[in-house]
Amino acid sequence: MSLLAPLGILGRFVLQVLAATGRVSLFAFSAVGHMLRPPFYAREFGIALLNVGWLSLPVVGLTALFTGGALALQIYSGGARFNAEAVVPQIVAIGMVRELGPVLVGLMIAARVTSSIAAEIATMKVTEQIDALVTLSTDPMKYLVAPRVLAALIVVPGLVAIGDVIGIFGGYMVATGSLGFNQAAYLANTVNFLEARDIVSSLVKGCAFGGIAALMGCYFGMHSGRGAQGVGRATKGSVEAAAVLILAANFLLTGVFFSL
Amino acid sequence: MITLDKVCKRFDDNAVLRGVDLTIAKGSSMVIIGGSGTGKSVMLKCILGLVTPDSGTITVDGEDVTRAERDALLARFGMLFQGGALFDSLPVWQNVAFRLLRGALARPRDEARAIAIEKLRRVGLKPDVADRFPAELSGGMQKRVGLARAIAAEPEIIFFDEPTTGLDPIMAGVINDLIREIVSEMGATALTITHDMSSVRAIADHVAMLHDGVIQWTGPVSGMDQSGDPYVTQFISGSAVGPIEAVR
Ligand SMILES: Nc1ncnc2c1ncn2[C@@H]1O[C@H](COP(=O)(O)OP(=O)(O)O)[C@@H](O)[C@H]1O
Ligand SMILES: [Mg+2]
Repeated sequence: MSLLAPLGILGRFVLQVLAATGRVSLFAFSAVGHMLRPPFYAREFGIALLNVGWLSLPVVGLTALFTGGALALQIYSGGARFNAEAVVPQIVAIGMVRELGPVLVGLMIAARVTSSIAAEIATMKVTEQIDALVTLSTDPMKYLVAPRVLAALIVVPGLVAIGDVIGIFGGYMVATGSLGFNQAAYLANTVNFLEARDIVSSLVKGCAFGGIAALMGCYFGMHSGRGAQGVGRATKGSVEAAAVLILAANFLLTGVFFSL
Repeated sequence: MITLDKVCKRFDDNAVLRGVDLTIAKGSSMVIIGGSGTGKSVMLKCILGLVTPDSGTITVDGEDVTRAERDALLARFGMLFQGGALFDSLPVWQNVAFRLLRGALARPRDEARAIAIEKLRRVGLKPDVADRFPAELSGGMQKRVGLARAIAAEPEIIFFDEPTTGLDPIMAGVINDLIREIVSEMGATALTITHDMSSVRAIADHVAMLHDGVIQWTGPVSGMDQSGDPYVTQFISGSAVGPIEAVR
C-alpha cells in the first residue's frame, strides 16, 4: 500500500493535467467557433485591439530596445575571445527575430494583457456581471472572449515585428555608437543575413503567443472562484499558465522551423 | 406560469435547496421571503438557468427551462441582481439600454438612449446620471440603474432580487409602487425577493417563505398575518424567539 502511494499521487497528477488540458482545449475550440459565427461585437473588438496592440507598444518597444543593446554588448565581448567580434549584426538579427523578439513580446503580453483580461473577467464573474450578460441574451464567450482572443491573434504578430525591428535598432545603436561598427555595413549585414524563414517563424510565434496569452486570461477569468481571493488566484494562475505555455510553444515552434 | 417541482441544489456539502415546490401564476406578483443565506437568490438563478439544479424540474408556461430554446426564453425575462451587476465598462445609459443596442431587440442608438433615460426617470434618477459610469454612483443608485435595466425591454417576467435593500424609505416606496405598476399595467409576472415587510405588503399578491431549503408556507398576502405558521409569524414580527434560530 505505502509502496504504491507515490504511484497513486503521480496518477492523480497526470489525470488532473489531462483533464485541465481537455478543458482548456474545449474552451479554445469554443472561442474559435464563436469568432467565426455572428453576432460579432465590433466595439468590443476595437477596444481589445487598442488594449492589446496600441497600448502595449511602449513596454514592447522598451523591452526590445534594451535587450537588443545588451545582446550586441554580449556578442561583442563573447566573440572577442575567438576574434569573432564582426558577427554582432548577424547574431543580433537572428537572436532578436528568431527567439528574443517573439519570446519577450509574448512574456510582456502575458504580464500586461493576460493579467488584465483575467482580472477584468474574473471581477465580472464575481460581481455577477457574467450572469447579467447571459440574462440579457448575450453570450459571454462571444461578447468577452472571442473579441479579445481574435484581437490578440491579429495584433501580437505586429507587435513582434515591431519588437524585432526595435531590438535590431538597439543593437545597431550600441554597435555603431560605442563598438566602432560602420553604420551602412551593419545594416547591410543585418538585411543580407536574415532569411524569409526567420521572419515567418517570428510572426507565427507572435500569433501563437498572442492566442495563448488572451486565451489563458479569458479561461482563468471565466473560471474564477468567488470573492476578491478568487480574482487574485485567477489572475496569478493565468499569467503563470500563459508564460509557461508560451515558452513551451516557443520550444516546439523553434523545433518545427529550424530543426528540419 | 412558472412552476418549480422538487428542485434541489447543493454546493459541495451545503444543501441549499432541498425540494422546492412553487407555482407563480401569470400576471401575478409573488414575493419570496426568508432569512439571508437560505437560497433565495440561488432559486432565481435556477429558474434563469444560471445555476443548474441537481434534480427537480422547472417549467415556464409548461416548457422545461433546461430544454427550451435559451435565447427565446431569456428574451422574455428581466432580472435585477442582488448586487446590481452593472457593467462597469459601460456608461449608465448603455447599461440600461443593453438589450436595445444589440441582438434581436436592437433599435437606433438615439431611440435606445431616449428609452434608457425614460426608464431612469421611472426609478427616480435624473438624466444627468445617464453618461456617468456605474462606479461613480452610490449603492442605492446602482440598484436603481439595475432596476431600470431589468425593465428596459419591457419583459413579460421580471425577477427582482432585493430591489429596495440599501434605499431610503421614500425611494423604497417609489420602487414598490413601480413594481406594482409594472404588474398591474403591463401585465407582467413578477418574482421579488425582499426582507422588507412593508415592501412585501406593497408588492405582493402571493407570498412564499423559503426556509431550510423548502417552501415553508405560501399563500395570498392577505393570509400572511393569520398564517398560523410559526416560521412566518416569527419572520414578520422579527422576533429572536421562535423556530428560526437567531444565532446560526
Ligand atoms: N456559486 C456558488 N457556489 C457555492 N455556494 C454558493 C453559490 N451561490 C450561493 N451559494 C451558497 O448558497 C447559499 C444560499 O445563497 P443565496 O441564494 O445567495 O442566499 P439568499 O437567500 O440570501 O439570497 C449560501 O450559503 C451561499 O454561500
Ligand atoms: Mg440573495
